[in-house]
Amino acid sequence: MSTSAISAVHPLAPGARLWPALGAVYRAQLSRARVARIPLLFVATFQSIGIMVLMRGVVDGGGGEEARAVVAGSAVLVVAFVALNLLAQYFGQLRSAGGLDHYATLPVPAAAVALGTAAAYASFTVPGVIVTAVTGSLLYQLPMGGLWVIAAVVPLAGAALAGLGAALGLLAPRAELATLCGQLGMSAALLLGVLPEGRLPEPVRWLRELLPSSYGVDALAAALAPRTDWGSVAANLAVCAAVGAAALALATWAYRRAALR
Amino acid sequence: MASSIARAGSHPTAERRAPGSTATAARPAFAVRGLTKTYPAARGRAGRGRNAERPGPVRASDDISLDVARGEIFGLLGPNGAGKTTLVRQLTGLLRPDAGHITLLGHDLVRHPRRAARLLAYLGQESTALDELTVALAAETTGRLRGLGPDAARRERDAVLDELGLAPLAGQPLKKLSGGQRRLACVAAALTGERPVLVLDEPTAGMDPVARRAVWSAIDRRRTGNGTTVLLVTHNVIEAETVLDRVAVLDSGRVIACDTPGGLKGMVSSEVRLDLVWRGEPPLDEPEIAALYGAATVAGRRWTLRLPPERARSVVAAVTQGPAFAALDDFTLATPSLEDVYLALGGRGAGLERS
Repeated sequence: MSTSAISAVHPLAPGARLWPALGAVYRAQLSRARVARIPLLFVATFQSIGIMVLMRGVVDGGGGEEARAVVAGSAVLVVAFVALNLLAQYFGQLRSAGGLDHYATLPVPAAAVALGTAAAYASFTVPGVIVTAVTGSLLYQLPMGGLWVIAAVVPLAGAALAGLGAALGLLAPRAELATLCGQLGMSAALLLGVLPEGRLPEPVRWLRELLPSSYGVDALAAALAPRTDWGSVAANLAVCAAVGAAALALATWAYRRAALR
Repeated sequence: MASSIARAGSHPTAERRAPGSTATAARPAFAVRGLTKTYPAARGRAGRGRNAERPGPVRASDDISLDVARGEIFGLLGPNGAGKTTLVRQLTGLLRPDAGHITLLGHDLVRHPRRAARLLAYLGQESTALDELTVALAAETTGRLRGLGPDAARRERDAVLDELGLAPLAGQPLKKLSGGQRRLACVAAALTGERPVLVLDEPTAGMDPVARRAVWSAIDRRRTGNGTTVLLVTHNVIEAETVLDRVAVLDSGRVIACDTPGGLKGMVSSEVRLDLVWRGEPPLDEPEIAALYGAATVAGRRWTLRLPPERARSVVAAVTQGPAFAALDDFTLATPSLEDVYLALGGRGAGLERS
């Protein structure tokens, strides 16, 4: 190579670093809530409250296993609706419309886009989960002392479900398939989360074990008991955290595969 | 490598360089050699017979070689489907070519496609990623993701929005803007965070003249001040003639010509274009008019003719009298445009815009 050719190499601009880029994506995605997500958050919350009202007809109040399962399942359903279903739709549409090119031509780490978006979607769910859990506790006369566990359940179940939703949206070959997968995932979270585990047949119980949101539901259900088994809460949250980390790694891999050749 | 250079040499038009110093030409911003990309055959769709003919593989880039000099405004012109966007996606590292070499400012983009993001800013045709953000946040976030710190991103955002006249719309989500305003906001995002190369896919699509002028001034300011290189996709021939230093004309994945707009027009300067617009049915019973019908490209009531100047004069004389003139709504006689060059070179013509 000649000297002139060497001098012709233009220096590369520095790339965006992971945390600042993740923060920028998170902030931008969260701002979308004001534009487009608030009506959907109302839908998610009303859906969960509606289910609890319906189930109140057949489930007694008090600290019973069924009542706790219904309230915890309905609260986590808000997370499934937004983080799994809506995020799968969002990434499915973004990918099919060519919107990922915008990020792919910016020097931003793949994890920043995948995790920043997932974190924003998980954050959208916070008000809905709180409203649902408080309403459910009142409706089923459950003690509210353990509700602070929501502060751990939302980020951990949110990570697991948003990671899964992002991966579904990014891996589905067509946007319609991403939407379908998101809907099915949410239906699974509804059926397997809201119905008490003890009432489910053995094969369905196995399916329930495979669904990441189940551990969030179990942790919240245990926290709503009159005498909380904190060991069970911690164990369920630990599983949730492990699944969440795996789901986010999957989402990052799926983003890299979809956006970068 | 030797064979690709030999192939490039066989493209005489592609080897012409921008007017400028040889030092600049020796260090091109983009050097493309033998670039080839084929999309596989489409799979059969429901509703078609099993034995129906399936569309074969499409060669979207066919042995493309060209150089873009540093500081040049270089255009890719061609109708829809000519392969402009496929070429641009390869030049921005978004699509891997099947064969060929791309060097961007001395970096091998085929081997290191991710380097493109640290050398160029890209404005694609889609705004989906930014649609639900406000104009200000779209520009600021893009700047942040281009590696700017928080203060620098805010400063650049404000400067670019002022420059493009977008400050009054800063708080509006892109989704709620008109098509042209949304496009302008995407241009603002592309310009936040300086890059030595800008790749813009139809940047002024749908814009009003004021917005267009703002975009061209902003681009020109960057070229004059920082020596920014601009690669521009357009199918607007008027835009191509007025703003570009050089144009590569694409058709069916091939570069069919590459020169300055003036140089390209020189290739067909022996002919002029005559447009005739009829009020209703053209008077085909007039022998002179009937003879023209065979030579004209007919689009509704408009006939377009490409003729030597003397012949054009006699045709104008014929249509401006008698029954022909009574049936004539309008006529224009014009020197060749890039569209005429395109047609003369064998392009398919449909899809080029004149506005």
